[in-house]
Amino acid sequence: MPTSPTPAAAGHAHGESGGLGAVARHHLFWPVLALVALLAVNTAVRPGFLSVSILDDHLFGSPIDILRNCAPLMLVALGMSLVIATRGIDLSVGAVVAISGAVALTFIAGAPDPASPTTVFLAIGMALVLGLVLGVWNGFLVSVLGIQPIIATLILMTAGRGVAMLITEGQITTVTSAPFKTLGAGYWLGLPVATLVAFGVFGLVALLVRRTALGMLVESVGINPSASRLAGVRARTIVWTVFALSGLFSGLAGLILSSNVMAADANNAGLFIELDAILAVVIGGTSLAGGKFSLSGTFVGVLIIATLSLTVTNVGISPLVTPLFKALVVAAVTLLQSPVMRRKLAERTRRRGRTAPVVPSDKPADVSTDKVVA
Amino acid sequence: MTPAAGPADRAAPVVEMYGITVERSGVLVLDDVDLTLRPGEVHALMGENGAGKSTLIGALTGTVPIRSGDVLVDGEPRTPESVARSRAEGIATVFQESRLSPHLTVAENVMIGHEVRRWYGIDWARTREHASAALATLGLEDVDPRAPLEALSPATKQLVAVARAIVLEPRVLVLDEPTSSLDEAEAARLLGVVRRLRDQGVAVLFVSHFLEQVFEVSDRMTVLRGGRVVGEFRTAEVERAELISKMIGEDIDALQALRSQRLAHHYAGSGEATLRATSVGRRGTLEPTDVDLSRGEVVGFAGLRGSGRTELGRLMSGVERPDSGELWLDGVRVQLRTPGAALRHRIAMSSENLREDGIVAGLTARENIVLALQALRGWSRPLSRGEQDAVVDTYLDALRLSPDDLDRPAGELSGGTQQKVLLARLLATRPHVLILDEPTRGIDIGAKLDIQRRVAALAGDGVAVVFISSQLEEVVRLADRIVVLKDREKIGELSNGPGVTVDTIVEMIAAELDELDDEGS
Repeated sequence: MPTSPTPAAAGHAHGESGGLGAVARHHLFWPVLALVALLAVNTAVRPGFLSVSILDDHLFGSPIDILRNCAPLMLVALGMSLVIATRGIDLSVGAVVAISGAVALTFIAGAPDPASPTTVFLAIGMALVLGLVLGVWNGFLVSVLGIQPIIATLILMTAGRGVAMLITEGQITTVTSAPFKTLGAGYWLGLPVATLVAFGVFGLVALLVRRTALGMLVESVGINPSASRLAGVRARTIVWTVFALSGLFSGLAGLILSSNVMAADANNAGLFIELDAILAVVIGGTSLAGGKFSLSGTFVGVLIIATLSLTVTNVGISPLVTPLFKALVVAAVTLLQSPVMRRKLAERTRRRGRTAPVVPSDKPADVSTDKVVA
Repeated sequence: MTPAAGPADRAAPVVEMYGITVERSGVLVLDDVDLTLRPGEVHALMGENGAGKSTLIGALTGTVPIRSGDVLVDGEPRTPESVARSRAEGIATVFQESRLSPHLTVAENVMIGHEVRRWYGIDWARTREHASAALATLGLEDVDPRAPLEALSPATKQLVAVARAIVLEPRVLVLDEPTSSLDEAEAARLLGVVRRLRDQGVAVLFVSHFLEQVFEVSDRMTVLRGGRVVGEFRTAEVERAELISKMIGEDIDALQALRSQRLAHHYAGSGEATLRATSVGRRGTLEPTDVDLSRGEVVGFAGLRGSGRTELGRLMSGVERPDSGELWLDGVRVQLRTPGAALRHRIAMSSENLREDGIVAGLTARENIVLALQALRGWSRPLSRGEQDAVVDTYLDALRLSPDDLDRPAGELSGGTQQKVLLARLLATRPHVLILDEPTRGIDIGAKLDIQRRVAALAGDGVAVVFISSQLEEVVRLADRIVVLKDREKIGELSNGPGVTVDTIVEMIAAELDELDDEGS
């Protein structure tokens, strides 16, 4: 049975605007198309790519890998979306990921019984609180002291790995603890626990943001902080809150990452995840200038990046050109997002009559679309 | 449309625009508009906000894409593509001061894109000389071309914007509300420059809400309404009253009616202050000041720019924190740390900077209207769609807002509509004290009337209103009591009545001015 995350993402998308006639103009049209195209390339190379089987009582296959691997990035990008919507940026997420993993694993390693649930819950609690505290610290620098977000979070970005290093005493701490391993590598109802946690949190926050007025207030602060303040919006509290949330989500991401490998690597855990997260947000159509944001866009953006990583190994691209390949796909999606580019494309298609819109990667697109949507 | 024939028509037009039609999100903003600019003539473009004046200028200078119609320069058809291209063709636009670069120097702002270049790069000394020469023609000899622009007053900045446009010796000069941030003397100087340029053969397109200035400086006028040309007239042949009645006839009567109605219902003053400021001040901003506001009373803050009228309003509404004095609300001392805190005490203020501190451009008009109310309720208790509609509907009629505008981004709306949206936002919080800073600046007469009527009605409903305006006629028309400020200090208070006119206030300020002159020299 071929399954794919695309229909879910598309459902997300239409929830916001509804109109079917404007599908091509929908802000998720190009990101979703890029994702479909990527999946198509993979299927063309390896026809069984999208197939999912049951192995050892859980689902197994490349789509499941994508869903599991994207969990940490999903969480980090979620926080990043909110921060970017307030005109900010959080460069420290990778450092928080490292610190959180280091704290949890060091605690478990030092505990008398690493496998006891109490130990694991304490470790998780500590890491989450620490992530929150670090986010609050960032928020304090930005909203109270008025330091530019890129500088404020750069402090923790550079200092954070040093802190993680201190916690692990320079060692790559490896631990054995079955309950903790469940978070990153376990399965529940056949699905990866990491995916369930990340998607659950993502869905909850997405609901919270749009069912309450938080989304509108965040956008208002991002578009015009000074006018928002005069309208009585507690701009400082809102900015502070989104940085705190970003820290909390990064902490959770760090837990998932470290639990997957059961090793706290202060140097490499979550390395460059801040860049992937920013990329996912941008691919999803949220402007770095702040203001209007789209969590559904970020969701698709994260899936694209996770699929991209898997594509590299699946298609057998040489590690030497991997960064180049990644760059090309990202450039294509970003170009398709640009209003100028869209206008040019629209003019061209109009002139040609009713030909299909240009797709970043060519032939296999049509072949697979049927499969995926089916 | 009937273009009036006359002797000045002999000169060949520099710019001809025929059948200009511009569409924005499905709405015709300009519909078949013709405009002809001749050398040595000042052509005024008139109309309410949203009539399409700015769009027409954009179509001429290449910032707004035209759906259909022709633009001819020297009889040659061309497509306006960009401001730079227009400038190369001799069409220069005077931008609003807010569109200059605050961190560049005065000289850089004036000469940007036209620096004097030599083989080794930019010759800054010569560049500054050119800038100074342009500034000198505007009477700004004393402005240091090396000073950062942000150090200048808004009025001087506006004149720098003019200098930027005339430094190229354009054949066509477009001025969009060039005098809205200038005082009378500065405006007169600018109009002098406009006249001189006209005498040198420049074709000037002049847009201003100040009717007096339009009559003073223009030779010809085109009146727009709702994106269509209502008529083109030679200024000398137009009866002023006739033109006004054509544009805004019923409104003039209505304004006069408003004045008499305000006088008839003149507030007697119960002595019970709702908001009382005692010795409220802030170093470098405002000397300690006493003011009482009472329910049902409109208090005008009058004074020149920088007199402290804005600052007093901001200190009384939590926008800025006073460092001396106390605020008493219904007999209870309050500390307003933020505008939000003030709103919770039912004290609302609108800032004079509509775009910077007022409207959240990217949100829809509807979101803008409910923003303050939503902020008051907190993010966790969102207003349902029904509640939003109820709030919005209340002000739709009261402020004559168009339902079509509600779901458009507020930044796309005309200035008058934005100002109404801002007012609706504050009214939605049901304030007991409402402080309005320049609520009618730069907006058309229709919107002005709507807002002034609303202010009068609010006072009738028992709100304590503060009306801050540089338009003294408006202050005199609306206020029960007028607080006069000068040089960061309150210099007096007038009880409004039939004997009080604009001159009364001007004389008060002028008297102080004379004293200061004596001290200063």
